[in-house]
Amino acid sequence: MQGYGPLLIEGFKVTVMVGVLSMALAMVIGMFGAWAKLSASPAMRWAAGVYTTVVRGVPELVTMLLVYYGVPTLIQDIAGAFGYDIRVDFNSFLAGVATIGFIYGAFSTEVFRGAYLAVPRGQIEAARACGMSRTLAVRRILLPQMWRFALPGLGNVWMVLMKATALVSVIELEELMRAAETGAQATRLPFNFYLAAACLYLVLTAASMALLHRLEVWANRGIQHGT
Amino acid sequence: MELIIESLPRLLSGTWLTIQITVLSVLFGLCLAVPLALLRLSRNWLVQAPTYAFIFFFRGTPLLVQLFLIYYGSGQFVPELQRVGLWTLFREAYFCGVLTLTLNTAAYTAEIIRGGIMGVPKGEIEAARACGMRGALLYRRIVLPKAFRLAWPAYTNEVIFLLQATSLVSIITLMDLTGVAGTIAERSFAFFEMYLTAAAIYLVLVYGVLFVFKRIEYRISGHLREVKPSRGPSVEAADIR
Repeated sequence: MQGYGPLLIEGFKVTVMVGVLSMALAMVIGMFGAWAKLSASPAMRWAAGVYTTVVRGVPELVTMLLVYYGVPTLIQDIAGAFGYDIRVDFNSFLAGVATIGFIYGAFSTEVFRGAYLAVPRGQIEAARACGMSRTLAVRRILLPQMWRFALPGLGNVWMVLMKATALVSVIELEELMRAAETGAQATRLPFNFYLAAACLYLVLTAASMALLHRLEVWANRGIQHGT
Repeated sequence: MELIIESLPRLLSGTWLTIQITVLSVLFGLCLAVPLALLRLSRNWLVQAPTYAFIFFFRGTPLLVQLFLIYYGSGQFVPELQRVGLWTLFREAYFCGVLTLTLNTAAYTAEIIRGGIMGVPKGEIEAARACGMRGALLYRRIVLPKAFRLAWPAYTNEVIFLLQATSLVSIITLMDLTGVAGTIAERSFAFFEMYLTAAAIYLVLVYGVLFVFKRIEYRISGHLREVKPSRGPSVEAADIR
């Protein structure tokens, strides 16, 4: 790799970091989103509905450009209208994590909603009848089972999210894709560098698949399969 | 606001390119996906392994990497490509964009169709065999139509995913909807307005595609509907991906 190997490894680490952090953010947003979608308040349901509909209907790249380039200019314009002259620049790492988390929060909202609905109602009623408080029933009965139903869906979200992190190279974050670009331009061997980047992504995919399989086995322990 | 209206014709010409690329890649991708799915289901290890490797590569790496690998990566093999007369094609961003998207969607679609084929009930195949069908006839009349019907909802998602993924070709200099919005935004500094307008146009496209595909789904599942006063298909947000 003509001395650019360490750069690729550095980029790989950033990619993994962006991926893990935005996945965590997406799961938090997803929990709140699912809660809003299932809430009794029509306003909450409407807001969550608009969020998931719009975010999933717009390409990630456009959302990312909108957040990274659009929001600062919007803030500057608004501040300008009030007579302030400020410059807003987002840190590309935080902007990347926030945008990817925001986008995939919409996908995990649907996953969590489905998982919540998959837990039989009778179990919650039974827990309540046993004298558990609402929060205790959620913690002991609902959440452990939701994981089991949510895991395959979350796994899919993670796979797509991880590949979407390549897009943050567009907003100038020094991750794997960007490192490959640097190497490709310096050495004039674009094919080798992008192939190396592709292989690193494949390593990540393969590792995620193995890990997800382990997690699913773990989450399904104690479940007897029919047939 | 007047900037948005002023630049609407250019945005719409970008939208046209987006639609072109999407349609081309969907059609070519589907043509490629069916044989791939069949090869993937082959019992011959020598056939199955390379097919699986192809699918794993295109599903396991980001589309952006694939795009750069083909568009910029081909620049490393100019003499070789010139010798076989392919360089004029690989020089064009349009060709590389469509090629990458086609290969990418073919890999995803092949897995979807494979799922459909595996979901065809054994009894139907046995019945067809008992009627004397086999080989290509069995696949053409029984297995593939059924598999397509089973795979249709997942395929709808894939097409919508592809439509959104075409926005990446703007990075390799093509003037699709995202590319046009970006160019206008850079000149006018109206980043927020331009990308918001582009997002709105994408939303319209996505829900347009969803509407058409739901209609088709409704048509091809006619025999499965309960007999009752029909209300037509409904398009729901939850159907994306």
